[in-house]
Amino acid sequence: MTDATANGKPEMLTTADGKPLKAALIRAQARARRRAFLLVLPLLAFILITFVMPIGQMLHQSVYNPGFVMHEDIGSGKRTPIMTNLKVWFDENPAGTEPDEAAFAALHEDMLLLRELRAPGQVGTRVNYERGGSRSMFTKAARRAERMDPPYKEAFLDVDEEWADPELWRVMRDASSAYTFNFYLAALDRSKNADGEIVSVDENRQIYIKLFTRTLFLSVLITFLTFLLGYPIAHLLATLPLRYSNLLMIFVLLPFWTSLLVRTTSWMVLLQSQGVVNDALVGMGILGDDNRLQMMYNQIGTVVAMTHILLPFMVLPLYSVMRPINPSYVRAARSLGATSWTAFRRIYFPQTVPGIGAGALLVFILAVGYYITPALVGGADGQLISNLIAFHMQNSLNWSLAAALAALLLAGILILYWLYDRLIGIDNLKLG
Amino acid sequence: MASSQSSDAFVEFDRVQKSYDGETLVVKDLNLTLPKGEFLTMLGPSGSGKTTCLMMLAGFETATHGDIRLNGNSINNIPPHKRGIGMVFQNYALFPHMTIEENLSFPLEVRGIGKSDREAKVMRALNMVEMGSFGKRRPAQLSGGQQQRVALARALVFEPELVLMDEPLGALDKQLREKMQFEITNLAHELGITVVYVTHDQTEALTMSDRVAVFDDGIIQQLDTPDKLYEEPQNSFVAQFIGENNTLEGTIKEIKNGLALVQLDDGELIDCNPINVSKPGERTRVSIRPERVETNPARLTEGAHTLKAEVLEFIYMGDIFRTRLRVAGNDEFIVKTRNAPDQKRMTPGEHIEIGWLPRDCRALDA
Repeated sequence: MTDATANGKPEMLTTADGKPLKAALIRAQARARRRAFLLVLPLLAFILITFVMPIGQMLHQSVYNPGFVMHEDIGSGKRTPIMTNLKVWFDENPAGTEPDEAAFAALHEDMLLLRELRAPGQVGTRVNYERGGSRSMFTKAARRAERMDPPYKEAFLDVDEEWADPELWRVMRDASSAYTFNFYLAALDRSKNADGEIVSVDENRQIYIKLFTRTLFLSVLITFLTFLLGYPIAHLLATLPLRYSNLLMIFVLLPFWTSLLVRTTSWMVLLQSQGVVNDALVGMGILGDDNRLQMMYNQIGTVVAMTHILLPFMVLPLYSVMRPINPSYVRAARSLGATSWTAFRRIYFPQTVPGIGAGALLVFILAVGYYITPALVGGADGQLISNLIAFHMQNSLNWSLAAALAALLLAGILILYWLYDRLIGIDNLKLG
Repeated sequence: MASSQSSDAFVEFDRVQKSYDGETLVVKDLNLTLPKGEFLTMLGPSGSGKTTCLMMLAGFETATHGDIRLNGNSINNIPPHKRGIGMVFQNYALFPHMTIEENLSFPLEVRGIGKSDREAKVMRALNMVEMGSFGKRRPAQLSGGQQQRVALARALVFEPELVLMDEPLGALDKQLREKMQFEITNLAHELGITVVYVTHDQTEALTMSDRVAVFDDGIIQQLDTPDKLYEEPQNSFVAQFIGENNTLEGTIKEIKNGLALVQLDDGELIDCNPINVSKPGERTRVSIRPERVETNPARLTEGAHTLKAEVLEFIYMGDIFRTRLRVAGNDEFIVKTRNAPDQKRMTPGEHIEIGWLPRDCRALDA
């Protein structure tokens, strides 16, 4: 370095008046950069507030549930720690300890506070998430707490024998910390037994894994069907003269401009057992009036309606990839001796792979999270995981479990995206 | 040259017509035969039907009427991949998702040729166009000229007897184009292949071909060797289309002893070589090449008709001088003179006398 300067070669380029060139460049561009940043600022703020923050909050919610440790008064917003005595007992005794009189005394103390705060329902609900039938035990015990006398163990068992259940104590111990992974376990049809070991839940209570599998299977099926239907259409669109292809494109886009609800309900009109399709089949004598096809409120309904609704998302990327493919490639292949099938397989098809990848990824991701259509036409059989997430958000109000399910879904999609990047390369993705 | 019954005909178009919409003919009654080993160029403005003819020969378009024969067999109903014709496309059409080697290997693979054979043939073809070291690259990594060579090699690798080229040099710059013209002709003659070449560039057609078919309006206007095409155009379209040309309009006064006396529209009389004019009173377009105009009175033939001209512009172009004159009311009359030591340089406004040999002055259809 010093040699270079000694030779009269400056190691850093400078402007005519001796300032470092790099600093001058940054200064010269600073104004333009500031203006550019101001232009994207609203969008950045919008995304931050409406997208990044809710997702972060959701991920937090999936591992955090304060139902057992904190009470917040709805009117005043005053926050009171609850179940503190029991927490102390849990901290002093290792997991699996038989609850002794001291434990029940602590529980009694906490119950009195709950009664005062009118919060036994909240705590019961939290425990109920992991052990069914617990909520009423808490409300009942809190009602009787004031009239209880030592020894408290007998007093509690007097209210309900179940208070001796070691699993209940395991659940309470887990819930006494606001942070827990138990909701993820629940989302994967797992739970902890009384000893704290992770075990599968009873077979008849396993629903989430089954639903994840079904969602995955149906999404793959729908993606494949949209590909099967969309590829020829996209090819036709790409090869027709512009004035015809524009008209055809309107037909492809028409579903986009119609309300999702309208499209779904029109499938209900078509598919129901007294619907257009069945009536037509019966009318033509293909079906008897008494054995009409069940095409709705099952998986068939979900698959048919979603395939139709998601079709444009496959057609558009395919079209945008196919349009610029010069027809002379196929001609060249033909002149070189390839049959039309070989020319398609070896020359045309490989060039459309980026479009297939983009379309498939788009349709698959949309299908995995689809909600309205399966809810309306899916029945019990055609429900997807998102319907269950909605159930936990709106009906069971177990937001933590809903968040855990959603987070697993998100993780699955990210893994898929990563796989796609590894296998095909994300820069090969062509959306338009 | 050869008639349609000729036995040495390798490629033969027999009364071929083509219409796309059933209302207009793009190719009208095309008759053309070419012997094995010939380099034939189809030359014409865009929309003249030359590319359509090539596509019919390749099998991508079907003839509406007539027969196309290859080696004496009608190929009208043979699909393109069974014709065994090599083709070089305008945009090269190298498969972008394959390496150069894979591109060349493709026609051999679909013919079921074994791997070792394939590799040898691919290498030989690449070396032939001096691209041997580029086999592992992809088309996008090559320059236009290199892609052109690869496209040529790919069309030749399966050893077709007939190769079609659709304006293959259109996208290259002038220098590269001239180099490739030379290489393609050499290669074609070396391998003894028959080539049908389509272009709208007349220089390319003249320098490369054994024969040139000039297309216009779906008809072959003239099919001839390059020198005949230039020096003896058979009608005014060919005269206009090939090379630079001066045109004077007039009426035939009389035709005798193989010479036509033409009265130009401003009243002056000149002697012409009658090509496709037959009787006095007919309108005619007289065509004369700029380099055949004589400006030196001393060199003019005794008794030949001369015309008065006014110099409008003099351009020094190095090897030649290009002088624009006003002759018989035509302001665009060009004279090219060689930059010789004794050559006079004219100044605008100067009045001179010009003339030419009657055989260089061709009276064509109006």
